[in-house]
Amino acid sequence: MRTAAIRPGAAHQPGRVTLFFRYLSRNASLGAGLAILLALAAFTIIGLMVIDPMDAYPLSAPTRRPPSWDFPFGTDFFGRDLVAVMVVGMWQTAFIGLVAGGIGTFVGVVLGFVSAYFGGWTDAAIRTVCQVLTPIPVLLIQVVVAGSLDKRDVTIFTMALIVVMLAWMGPTLIIRSQVLTMKERQFVSVAKLSGISDLGIIFKEILPNLLPFIAAAFVGQVFLAVFASFYLAVLGLGPLREPLLGNIIWSAQSQGAFFNGWWWWPIAPSVGMILILGSLALINMGLDELANPRVRKSE
Amino acid sequence: MAKVPPPSFSGSTRTSGEHSFMTLKLIARRIGFLFMVIWAASTIIFFVPRLSPVNPVRERFSEIARLSGFAPEDLEKIIESFSKQFGLDRPLWEQYIDYLWNIMRFDFGFSLNRYPSTVIELIAQSLPWTIGLLVVTTILSFVIGNLLGAIAAWPRAPRWARNFSTPFVLFMGVPPVLMGVLLLFFVGFRLKLLPLGGAYSIGVVPNWSWEFALDLLRHQILPALALILGSVGGWVLTMRGMGITIQGEDYVNFAEHKGLNGVTIFRDYYLRNALLPQMTGLALALGTVVTSAIIVEGLFALPGVGTVLINAIRANDFPVIYGIVIFITIAIAAIMTLMEFLYPLLDPRIKNE
Repeated sequence: MRTAAIRPGAAHQPGRVTLFFRYLSRNASLGAGLAILLALAAFTIIGLMVIDPMDAYPLSAPTRRPPSWDFPFGTDFFGRDLVAVMVVGMWQTAFIGLVAGGIGTFVGVVLGFVSAYFGGWTDAAIRTVCQVLTPIPVLLIQVVVAGSLDKRDVTIFTMALIVVMLAWMGPTLIIRSQVLTMKERQFVSVAKLSGISDLGIIFKEILPNLLPFIAAAFVGQVFLAVFASFYLAVLGLGPLREPLLGNIIWSAQSQGAFFNGWWWWPIAPSVGMILILGSLALINMGLDELANPRVRKSE
Repeated sequence: MAKVPPPSFSGSTRTSGEHSFMTLKLIARRIGFLFMVIWAASTIIFFVPRLSPVNPVRERFSEIARLSGFAPEDLEKIIESFSKQFGLDRPLWEQYIDYLWNIMRFDFGFSLNRYPSTVIELIAQSLPWTIGLLVVTTILSFVIGNLLGAIAAWPRAPRWARNFSTPFVLFMGVPPVLMGVLLLFFVGFRLKLLPLGGAYSIGVVPNWSWEFALDLLRHQILPALALILGSVGGWVLTMRGMGITIQGEDYVNFAEHKGLNGVTIFRDYYLRNALLPQMTGLALALGTVVTSAIIVEGLFALPGVGTVLINAIRANDFPVIYGIVIFITIAIAAIMTLMEFLYPLLDPRIKNE
């Protein structure tokens, strides 16, 4: 193995920010995903400051206007300004994603740890429940849950809870398998021999090493939550009063938007949703590369 | 004539008596698991709506009352007699046992909205459409995706062919229903090449003629394309990974050193071996494929299960919603179990232990 001699003076360490950007330039999907997500966040935040959120609700604008200078994305059949709809809808989507993704990941991490670290009956029970629930199409069960609620009472928060209800199995199984391998590593054995308590080992030894996996699981959960809430909303199970992007597509489709020539109505929310889901999928792929050094590219 | 023993299930060297015992035990375990999945799903679907404060019967009848305007006392009486007639006033556990027994007989009750029809009748009418769409799109996307993925990983393929699959991988994050909206806009609305929805043109009576078949086909292209474009990318990615692993295998090297031509190596040594694990993915993808197909059908107003579900949601027709969900869950779980039994026949390397 050849080692390159380091010239004195050339060895200064680049700053953290530089290193981060250098990593992003290697990990193209993470970079692209983050860029799109930041652009969407900027659109939403600037939008929330500029527009009146009430414009996203019916009867606030002239109806059925095609995109123009006054209404860049047009207005819909019910008199909603679609720019305002996009801003509020994005904000609500982000809320559902973060709340449901956060809860789902938290439950998954806790159950995964308990299952893998303590083993025995708890492990068998948690694993069996996960295995039995996994083949059931979660989205359809969520259809039943959302369908049995009073549609007038469904809020954005209820939506997040419905979405998270059956979505913790994925992170549980991922974290469980990672803890199982990590538990056998030498640094954990050393820690055990030196008399550190179970909680100490979990929080000080294992958890920090799992952070990339937890981050990847979190992004995956956010993706699933956004997707599930979108799916329910397109089926007409969302909080119908709110301008969720899926709701807009549902109402555009029920009013026959394409048949009537109002093409802009479903297009704006569709493109928005594609950008949200696409950026999350790209970030997820990028984090996979970060968490899984075997597929990591060299500099 | 010598007695030839029948080929054993997984081609192992165990004696056949011991082997068939193992296989039987395995089949029993898998079927037991299948019933556990169905039981879990049915139980969730039974208890969740009963935890909710909404009474579906009241919901439905107050809607009818709003439209036709009868007195509130009468509404209470109607709800009471309806509940009695359908046994909704009995203890919960009795209802639960009845419910499980009915599910085993595929009896999901009556539709509230289209009353004399039962739920299973509605499903039976719409199912052929959904199965047709699903089978065609799944086979097409499986074939296209795996071929593109295998080429993408094949070092001898020309560069353009290897990069051909990249756009499909990018489409992977786009749910088929959004793909459907974009296709509707560009192909249906802007270019006016294909119809905007429905199973056949309005005013046409279904008949056995070529024009009708063509009309039917034209209406199916966009929904099928939406589903295919959304799922090809997944196959490309997994197949590419599989292909890269297989290239390093000794038997591929050996075939190359024997001087076999590239097409033979690609087809018989590389593709065949990489395809087998992909079959496993077929079962895993089933749930996603079905849920996407349902919503795409709704978007394109095809007369399949998806449209029945959306209409039921719109009309608060709860028995239909629950019936469709249970039916699909059972179907998916059953097909997955069936495929697990088929793998050892396809791939002798997999042994059911």
